[in-house]
Amino acid sequence: MTIEHQPPQGLRNWLLTDTPTSRNHARMAALYQSWLSFRGNHMAMVGLGILVVLALVAAFAPLLAPHDPLSQDLMARLKPPGTPGYLLGSDSLGRDILSRLIYGARITLYIVTLVAVIAPVVGLFVGTVAGYAGGWLDVILMRITDIFLAFPRLVLALAFVAALGAGIENAVLAISLTAWPPYARIARAETLTMRNSDFIHAVRLQGAGPLRIIIRHIWPLCVSSLVVRVTLDMAGIILAAAGLGFLGLGAQPPTPEWGAMISDGRRFILDHWWVATMPGLAIFTVSLAFNLLGDGLRDVLDPKEGAQ
Amino acid sequence: MSGILIDGLNVWFGEHEMRVDAVKGASISVPEGGSFGLVGESGSGKSTILRALTGLVPTWNGYMEVLGTPLGAKRDRSFYRKVQMVFQDPYASLHPRHSVDQVLGETLSLHGFRDIDARISKLLDDVGLGASFRFRYPHQLSGGQRQRVAIARALAPEPQILLLDEPTSALDVSVQAEILNLLSDLRKERNLTYLMVSHNLAVVGHICSSIAVMQLGEIVETLSVEQMRAQETQHPYTKHLLASSLGAIKGDGSGADRAHG
Repeated sequence: MTIEHQPPQGLRNWLLTDTPTSRNHARMAALYQSWLSFRGNHMAMVGLGILVVLALVAAFAPLLAPHDPLSQDLMARLKPPGTPGYLLGSDSLGRDILSRLIYGARITLYIVTLVAVIAPVVGLFVGTVAGYAGGWLDVILMRITDIFLAFPRLVLALAFVAALGAGIENAVLAISLTAWPPYARIARAETLTMRNSDFIHAVRLQGAGPLRIIIRHIWPLCVSSLVVRVTLDMAGIILAAAGLGFLGLGAQPPTPEWGAMISDGRRFILDHWWVATMPGLAIFTVSLAFNLLGDGLRDVLDPKEGAQ
Repeated sequence: MSGILIDGLNVWFGEHEMRVDAVKGASISVPEGGSFGLVGESGSGKSTILRALTGLVPTWNGYMEVLGTPLGAKRDRSFYRKVQMVFQDPYASLHPRHSVDQVLGETLSLHGFRDIDARISKLLDDVGLGASFRFRYPHQLSGGQRQRVAIARALAPEPQILLLDEPTSALDVSVQAEILNLLSDLRKERNLTYLMVSHNLAVVGHICSSIAVMQLGEIVETLSVEQMRAQETQHPYTKHLLASSLGAIKGDGSGADRAHG
């Protein structure tokens, strides 16, 4: 029944079986098969690799960073990349850019994680409830969604930050508030295609209530397309956070946030290109990684492609 | 007491100019423990009667009664413990991301059963699927196996009445016979009442003791299977249906023999 009496060389066969013998076995086998098809996509693996490296860098920032990201050394200001001790150069206050990028990875991951937790969940909830309930609830929820969709994202985020005060948390909140409507639309569209399917009827005939149907039967089928969409949107979210930072409305100095770093470097861009370029490259790389990952996930998770 | 009593049932879809009357003044009576077939071509309203009965279609009027209890606008959980339905297409009626274990486990817990593990094994045995199928996902099952899972799900709350919505029409012929035999065995073992919808007279003849023929939303004739076999029909549409079905049987004898046997 369980893993114990399976020989190690049989692990692959055990995972590839068509006749799982326990709840966990079935779950592991399904996961492993998704992993196999994901692994076949090399670009997606590159994206995943970059993100794993980013997560490791963020986790071990104090060990990896050669300098304190906040310590200033005015004698060593605006050193070009390659200067001993300053691999990627230093900024206008003599802070090591590499160290700041390494610590900035933490902030980027923090923003990305928070937005990825808030926006899709709100969107999923609003969209599935609207789609499943129909009628006036659908109309009200979708008109609210339309109103949020009609605002230009960065402008609405700006307004929120202006109202709530500058800072990373408020930037996250502002980005989340502007990011959920597309998820609500996707979730609603998915729900509408499922609402009248036989497997939903079948569970209604067991006496299941609407909340149970939405959470246990509709959500699992919406999640995959949302995960894909969120991953593809991550690049935009990082850029929006960087944009708010650049405008001075996100992370506040001296926090080493990548967008704020570009903003700092703007003043020297003609004579000291590296100050703005290095964080720009970091943003570019991470955004690209998320896009590659999203593409691969779409191939694995999209229920319209696989499943059957 | 009758198992199912339907009197003057009207079912419609849409409002005003868009209104389509799917069922017009249908009346049937199925005795407890009996088996009744609804026959007709697609669009004749046979499945709609089942959907109105189970509460999936809210727009109806007339009188419906199940095991002596008149039905109102809402169905409560006690109704679903008495009446269950098997859907036509086993490829659409199972959640694509739920394993057999999850499907049956959730059904049992919804109906308040405690000994879920033992009951799942028992249900799988009853429908002729061994324990090895328990943790599979629908995409790891064939059409016939899926339909067995759907039947197990319908049997889980131990209903007295099973509504069968063309349970074999999405399956290939050899599997059809297996499922039909399973259904008639289950009926004998559990003294179930069947209300079955089909466009296939041979299938209905195998399972049911009396049938109603539907055309364009109306029941045109109700007769026993013996009358059908003896071709003692009144209505021209029934004659036509019977003649075309006999023609099909003559063209391909094997399937019909098995179904009648």
